[in-house]
Amino acid sequence: MNTEGRPLSPHLTIYRWPITMTLSILHRMTGVALSIGLIAFVIWLEAIAFDAVPYDSVKAFMDSLPGQVMLFGWCLSFFFHLSNGVRHLIWDSGRLFEKSQANASSWFVIIATVVFTAAYWFMV
Amino acid sequence: MVRDYCHGRFYRGLLVYGLGGVFEMSLSSPLSRVLGSGSAKEGTDHWWMQRVTAVGLLILGLWFLISIAALESFAHDDMHAWVREPMNALMLLLAGLTIAWHSALGVQVVIEDYVRGPALKVVSIILNKFVHLFLGAAAVFAVLKVALGAPL
Repeated sequence: MNTEGRPLSPHLTIYRWPITMTLSILHRMTGVALSIGLIAFVIWLEAIAFDAVPYDSVKAFMDSLPGQVMLFGWCLSFFFHLSNGVRHLIWDSGRLFEKSQANASSWFVIIATVVFTAAYWFMV
Repeated sequence: MVRDYCHGRFYRGLLVYGLGGVFEMSLSSPLSRVLGSGSAKEGTDHWWMQRVTAVGLLILGLWFLISIAALESFAHDDMHAWVREPMNALMLLLAGLTIAWHSALGVQVVIEDYVRGPALKVVSIILNKFVHLFLGAAAVFAVLKVALGAPL
């Protein structure tokens, strides 16, 4: 069967990019980033528990600039994923489905992420 | 991604489906209807456990960040002593397992959405489970070794 050249329904590119789409893909991207963070979390635990993984090298890397950038990225990802995750749980209960509410909650999530991340990062 | 937005109608869907079972003739058995599994045989388990682990991580994640922030030293012996505290060890065990579980579920959806071809997809999904099981077990093993072992 020829599947080329068929008419398509309007796709993503035809719409003006809404903020909700940015949050949707960011939720996935921060989730993947945090999954990579899980590897670092496990390496950190192994370093505490076993001599075979040198703790001081792990700590030295985390204190270096690349390490700090990664930690900040995971911190930012955590607070975004947490805030937007709560938004998802509210949706699961059947609330906040209106377009205006979805847009407003998007900005709420962004503000919460920035505030939480800044507060945490400068507190530590 | 579209699937995420559909799940909000889950509860209402469940209600309608439940009433449908009362008022309509159906060829499926009462057991299969109440299990709600359909032909996939999995039902809403993946979706539901993603939510359950998310709520768990809301608590465990915030506990971890706050506890870490309260530490004065990240030197090896201080960290070892901190993990050795029974309450910290218990929370770290739960955190390691819950993160690995939640992460496995999340990455699986990403694989299902982006990996093309049935063979590569199945291999990736199984590999994803193995890697996450390994990470969860490794976290548990490390915490148990510290918690049950001698002080440093």
